[in-house]
Amino acid sequence: MTLFRRARRFVSRARFIFGLGLLLSAGACSRHEPPADVTILNGAEPESLDPAIITGQPDSRVVLGLFEGLTRPDAKTARPIPGLAERWEISPDGKIYTFHLRTNLVWSTGEPIRADDVVYSWIRVLRPETASDYAGQLYYLKNGRGFNEGKIKDASLVGVHALDPFTIRVELEHPTAFFLDLCAFQTLNVVPRQTIGKYGDRWLMARPLPSSGPFELVYWRLNDKIRLKKNPRYWDAANTQSEIIDILPVGAANAAINLYLHGQADIVWDKELVPVELLDVLLKRPDFHTFSYLGTYFVRFNVTKKPFDDPRVRRALALAVDRERIVKKITRGGETPALHLVPDGTANYLPPDGLSYNPAQAKKLLAEAGYPGGTNFPRFEYMFNAAAGGGAKTHENVAVELQEMWRDTLGIKMDLRQMEFNVYLGAMDRLDYSLARSSWIGDYNDPQTFLGMFVTGDGNNRTGWSNPDYDRLVGAANGEPDLTKRAKLFQQAETLLVQTEPPIIPLFFYVGINYFDTNKISGVYENLLDIHPLQTIRMLKPPK
Amino acid sequence: MYFLKRILFAVPLLLVISALAFSLVHLAPGGPFDHERAPASPEIERSLKAKYHLDEPVWKQYCRYLGDLAHGDFGVSLKYRNHSVNDIIAQSLPVSMTLGGLAFCFAMAVGLPAGFLTAARRGCWPDYVGGFLSLLVICIPGFVLAPVLILIFSIKLDWLPVALWESPWHMILPTVALGLYFAGKISRLMREGMLQAMQSEFVTAARAKGLGENTLLLKHASRLAVLPVVSYAGPMLADLLTGSFIIENIFQIPGIGVFLVNSSMNRDYTVVVGLSLLYAILLIGLNLLVDFAYTLLDPRVNYE
Repeated sequence: MTLFRRARRFVSRARFIFGLGLLLSAGACSRHEPPADVTILNGAEPESLDPAIITGQPDSRVVLGLFEGLTRPDAKTARPIPGLAERWEISPDGKIYTFHLRTNLVWSTGEPIRADDVVYSWIRVLRPETASDYAGQLYYLKNGRGFNEGKIKDASLVGVHALDPFTIRVELEHPTAFFLDLCAFQTLNVVPRQTIGKYGDRWLMARPLPSSGPFELVYWRLNDKIRLKKNPRYWDAANTQSEIIDILPVGAANAAINLYLHGQADIVWDKELVPVELLDVLLKRPDFHTFSYLGTYFVRFNVTKKPFDDPRVRRALALAVDRERIVKKITRGGETPALHLVPDGTANYLPPDGLSYNPAQAKKLLAEAGYPGGTNFPRFEYMFNAAAGGGAKTHENVAVELQEMWRDTLGIKMDLRQMEFNVYLGAMDRLDYSLARSSWIGDYNDPQTFLGMFVTGDGNNRTGWSNPDYDRLVGAANGEPDLTKRAKLFQQAETLLVQTEPPIIPLFFYVGINYFDTNKISGVYENLLDIHPLQTIRMLKPPK
Repeated sequence: MYFLKRILFAVPLLLVISALAFSLVHLAPGGPFDHERAPASPEIERSLKAKYHLDEPVWKQYCRYLGDLAHGDFGVSLKYRNHSVNDIIAQSLPVSMTLGGLAFCFAMAVGLPAGFLTAARRGCWPDYVGGFLSLLVICIPGFVLAPVLILIFSIKLDWLPVALWESPWHMILPTVALGLYFAGKISRLMREGMLQAMQSEFVTAARAKGLGENTLLLKHASRLAVLPVVSYAGPMLADLLTGSFIIENIFQIPGIGVFLVNSSMNRDYTVVVGLSLLYAILLIGLNLLVDFAYTLLDPRVNYE
């Protein structure tokens, strides 16, 4: 009897607890909101949505929907097309740009967008107190660098001025072939002055948040969801294809593929969200799309360290790498072998030939350098970073493959060292390594974004390599208004970088991978920058 | 009085914890603003550090931090620069607490009866089956269990969602995946406690007095047997409420566990220290609660 009564009490208690749990969860989740037209899995949680602060690609894909620049990227090609500016004139020397704003521009909250707002937004990026990582994107402006470094205090000396409410005059340090590309880059987007003045660093929490782009921010829940709705006041709102877009920050590839296959997501557009183990199967599906991407995977030498201070040794190692083997055996996503740093297809450019696989030549060079058959060659270390997601395995596998190739071809011994990301970066900066895994993703479609990095003293050089000829060629190319001559100069520079005395070994060019069903979604195009403006994206069939 | 003393003692303890967390995370190589892409000028990094006072000596930063903390301000995240640590806690702690609370209830609801039953039927088949199952769920780590559960219940049977945190249905798999390990632990603790209690003198005395076996087990033995479970439940609840990196990652749950782990990788100093303090507060609070529960459950315990 007691047992029975006890049991009943227990059951009733359990029911209470279960009910309470349900109630709690229902309370946490009673979100009566309309379903989104399109749901996109976007990779890691954005660090910020402030155009001046962001550096990552997942961040910029959202920000491009909220804020626009003078130009904007074309959905198909990612090349700049008129944005807030409807037209512009460029002076013959390529240093003065005069932009004419559209006259019908308003913020999503109704106030007009004028030339002053553009000037404010650019100067804001350069102000030291904004602490913008990407302030360098505005160093092309006259006095941009000096102002950002605090050497020039007067903002009016910076080369951007509003001539009248609809005209902006931009003065550059030297002709910059990709300046219109930069105008479409997120750092140069136009942001709301009043809101920033009122809320300071927390301005993105303001609701409503004035936006200059095709979408407005409905909410931004950390690690959960970003909801955007169409901005009806955007100048080109007639061509915005979706009313509501949900962007989910999903970082795990397995969760991404599960959500996609179960119809919880329509588009997955981060390469990190493709499970590497399933690549062979997934790439055969019609809804998986791979395309060339403006990124290169390469190896850095520390040229200040023996024996890698000898260009013959570096060339020998480069010649002994069979890149075909790496892309076929390890990456397997359709990557192409890289003999040079600037990816094929980069605008305004024709890359030089690099050092292709040639074991005989490699052995000969190593012998010339004093290490015939690898004798007396000191043991050295190859450093690579541990990364979240599928990337880590790739780095490790590439390292093992290189280790094997160099041992078999050259008879030299290499140890592998995996490091935590920050430690790895620090070691590279201090030149405390021999060889290091590296990669570079272009910000804009121009060789400068790749070749500028190996100029003497550049923060991204990280090899200790310094070549006055290279510096001179890159400098001359940057000052050259004629695109053909400029391309030639860059090509000569890159020849030094990948052939004559290479401080790097390019291994392969990245591919971008997106997955979505083309029968259901339209308006997502593959392009070199992996940029996909949100306003062209549309669901073709209504969701189930 | 005793509990008041304990609470007062917690303040210096928290200070020590914050100082340790603060200095350890600052000692780690690298900083929150390290990116693969170096800024165009060293000045950029300098102004970043100046903005967040990272250019000051660590002790000064710590004093500044304590000053803000006294006003209830945990500071601004250095990785998610638009969010304060308070924002992060306010948004993600309720999610983790819901999941942790559900997992706690699940672990108790499964573990206690299982432990009771295996002890009551000691040496019979329920004991063997229960013992085997509890050992099994203790041995299977979450990163194996969760994908297996998803495979069975979401992909093969299509009963439950694969991931995300939207409706009560979304909560079932993460709750089970998180709670099952603790259910196994609790059932084993409960079983041991019951067996010990059943051998104790007062149970023998009660049995000699002719008390029925069921009453004996339920009313007298179980009350004593549950004590080890209670002392385990405090830290376990603190563990559950602060989220699980693995479960949150696999099910894409916007909880605090992901921040707890990622912040130290990102060298997000303020978040690391803030969340360490939060965890410490929860742990201290729950341990206090456990000790208080002891006084209610066990008449032999008296702290005065």
